[in-house]
Amino acid sequence: MTMLEPVAATLADGRLHLQHGPIDLLVGIDAASPVAAVGYRAAAARFPDILPQLAGELPALRTAVGEAYPLLAGPVARRMARAAWPHREVFVTPMAAVAGAVADEILAEIVSVGPVRRAHVNNGGDIAFHLAPGERYRAGLVTDIDHPSLDGFADLAASQGVAGVATSGWRGRSHSLGIADAVTVLAADAASADIAATLIANATNTDDPAIERRPARELMPDSDLGDRLVTVGVGPLADAQVVEAIAAGQAAAMAMWRRGLVHGAIVALAGRVAVIGEVPAPELTRSVS
Amino acid sequence: MTDAAATSSDIIRCDACPVLCRIRDGQAGACDRYMNDAGTLRRVDPLLVTQRIAEQDGKLVPFVDGAWDGSLIPPTPTFVTGIGAGTTYPDYKPAPFIVGSTHDGVDMVTAVSEGVFSYCGVKVKIDTDRFLGDEQSTVTCDGEPVGHVTTAEYGSQMLALGGVRHLIGGSKREGTVTCQMMLDLCNKRAVELQVEGGAKVVVQAGAAPIIDGDLEARMRVGCGSATIGIFAPQWHGHADEVIVVDDHITGVLSEHQAGKFLDMPPAGIRVRGRKSTPGRYFQVADHGDGWGGTDITDPLAIVEKINPKVAWPGLRLMMVSTTGEDSAYFVLDDELKPVPAPMPAPLQVVTDRIAENCEPAMCSVLFMAGAGGSLRAGVTVNPVRLTRQVRDTQVVVTCGGAPTFVWPGGGITLMVDVTRLPDDAFGHVPTPALVAPIEFTMRRDDFEALGGYTANVVPLAEAMLKARVQPWRPDNPWPVR
Repeated sequence: MTMLEPVAATLADGRLHLQHGPIDLLVGIDAASPVAAVGYRAAAARFPDILPQLAGELPALRTAVGEAYPLLAGPVARRMARAAWPHREVFVTPMAAVAGAVADEILAEIVSVGPVRRAHVNNGGDIAFHLAPGERYRAGLVTDIDHPSLDGFADLAASQGVAGVATSGWRGRSHSLGIADAVTVLAADAASADIAATLIANATNTDDPAIERRPARELMPDSDLGDRLVTVGVGPLADAQVVEAIAAGQAAAMAMWRRGLVHGAIVALAGRVAVIGEVPAPELTRSVS
Repeated sequence: MTDAAATSSDIIRCDACPVLCRIRDGQAGACDRYMNDAGTLRRVDPLLVTQRIAEQDGKLVPFVDGAWDGSLIPPTPTFVTGIGAGTTYPDYKPAPFIVGSTHDGVDMVTAVSEGVFSYCGVKVKIDTDRFLGDEQSTVTCDGEPVGHVTTAEYGSQMLALGGVRHLIGGSKREGTVTCQMMLDLCNKRAVELQVEGGAKVVVQAGAAPIIDGDLEARMRVGCGSATIGIFAPQWHGHADEVIVVDDHITGVLSEHQAGKFLDMPPAGIRVRGRKSTPGRYFQVADHGDGWGGTDITDPLAIVEKINPKVAWPGLRLMMVSTTGEDSAYFVLDDELKPVPAPMPAPLQVVTDRIAENCEPAMCSVLFMAGAGGSLRAGVTVNPVRLTRQVRDTQVVVTCGGAPTFVWPGGGITLMVDVTRLPDDAFGHVPTPALVAPIEFTMRRDDFEALGGYTANVVPLAEAMLKARVQPWRPDNPWPVR
């Protein structure tokens, strides 16, 4: 088949949809109309290059970050390396930041065109956003990925200095070493949030026969996780196991928060939620145990 | 579907995007849009939407190649099909997707669903003059009865296949084979059918039929008599007699009204068969795969006698089949025996023209199903109102976006040309029954008036987030109006 080209489409509500291979972006811009139009145009114009450039550096991007800073050429790849570098003491590859880094790159392009009140680039749940001073975003919360419903809202204000939010979990699109249903992280940019969410989700773990794991490469031959065991099923867990797993995730998140790598995190597993750092108190529309 | 390269026994490499994922059997690639389905790369996004792109030759908006003028891509008119929508059978719940959209300023609602049809069948039209079997003969597939031969139509033979009696009225195997046969035909795949006491036919929607191993390339231009009527003036002066061999009616030019009109003298060549009207003969030979759908391979075999009192030495005899595929030219010798001779150029021109006027033979497959039952309850709490509105053409019924013919009378019984649906639009359930996409599109106020599930209407943009997008087929009318 001929390779599918990147596509762009404007949704009925005015947002821009950009899709190319695994990259699926929803872009929204609040700005005076000429600026918004130029912003959308800039986002769309920047987009076609992104995936081919990443694909060109895939082997390096799939290599674990070690003692040496990863040498990468593309601007998105560099964002990924920058986000991964502080976490090199655990196993991590730049790929853990790919979704967030793509969102950051497109957002940067949009913000560069002029005065933008608010803008967001949502890459499959990893979101880069911009808020002009005094502006706010209301973020919807979903606590149960199996039965997604809007469980509440969190207010994000420009003054918080947060520009990225990302969610990771074993049910998500990428494989996880842990068992968290969802780890949501707020950080200074989406790449940092993405990689932190991935690693906190990896750390949210315990040993239990109810947890089914398989080598990542059996599922995806080119996985950057190699033969590491990834979670493919989580049966009913005893309360103690849930608490142990959440505590492990919480500890990883706390360590990141103390180093200033994340603004805050929410770890959810089996109906329990732990909140770390500066997470705006969610206004819940549904009770979460 | 694609020609993804196999890299090892159970891994294929997806070439849909630059990531070039290697995907194991049963797994999806990084995008979750493509999976390795037993060695075949398949799109797996659930819901299919088709988009009409007026100025783009029906292609998806290709990305900016530097030529983009910077204006925002206008919202593309988009229609959500039932393909992949799933079903809420037995339909006491609203259809899986009820999608609201605005077209030309009018609020429209489309209820999309995949209907489970026990009452369904397939009507097949096979363009051929060959004998496939007697009317009412049973048609079998894989040894099981799956339908029958019905009427012969102009230049074609109709088969009625499937139907509830074969699906659930016979043995379990008969039902399973019938279901698979219909599924394959509706998904535009080739199916081998055997007519009892007749031919073996390979049928595929939109493709030429293969009858007893031979590809049927062309329909005949007409019966032998019609062919004479069309080409008489073009033969005139180049042949003293023309016999057009055809399984239905064989034509003899000099005896035919057209030859009389041209003042052609009788040639004294009498063909076999039963004379109908002057110059028109039935049953000159048996059915077969020879000349013009007869079993004739030597055209002179249909000549019963040559009258020495009428014919003359040097008489030029042209013989041709109704498709122009077979032809021969003879000159009578002094003993009035036909001797093969090279065909003069002006006659060859006419022979070629007969062939040129034969349209490509094709199998057409129409899916027919009744949506009169509880499927309607997925749209409205008051199903009969939906039926009435369909009847009043206030509701447009489409099948995977393809236009349907809705039969008059009770219920919603529709027919659709399967070639106008996207590929692999049909599925099945073990009942056995066929699963087909079906969409009801109407104005929002009409939807409200008939008791539609207004609370379940989701905006088009929301439905699209989970959808895979295909270009709209420009030959299908846009259902939203």
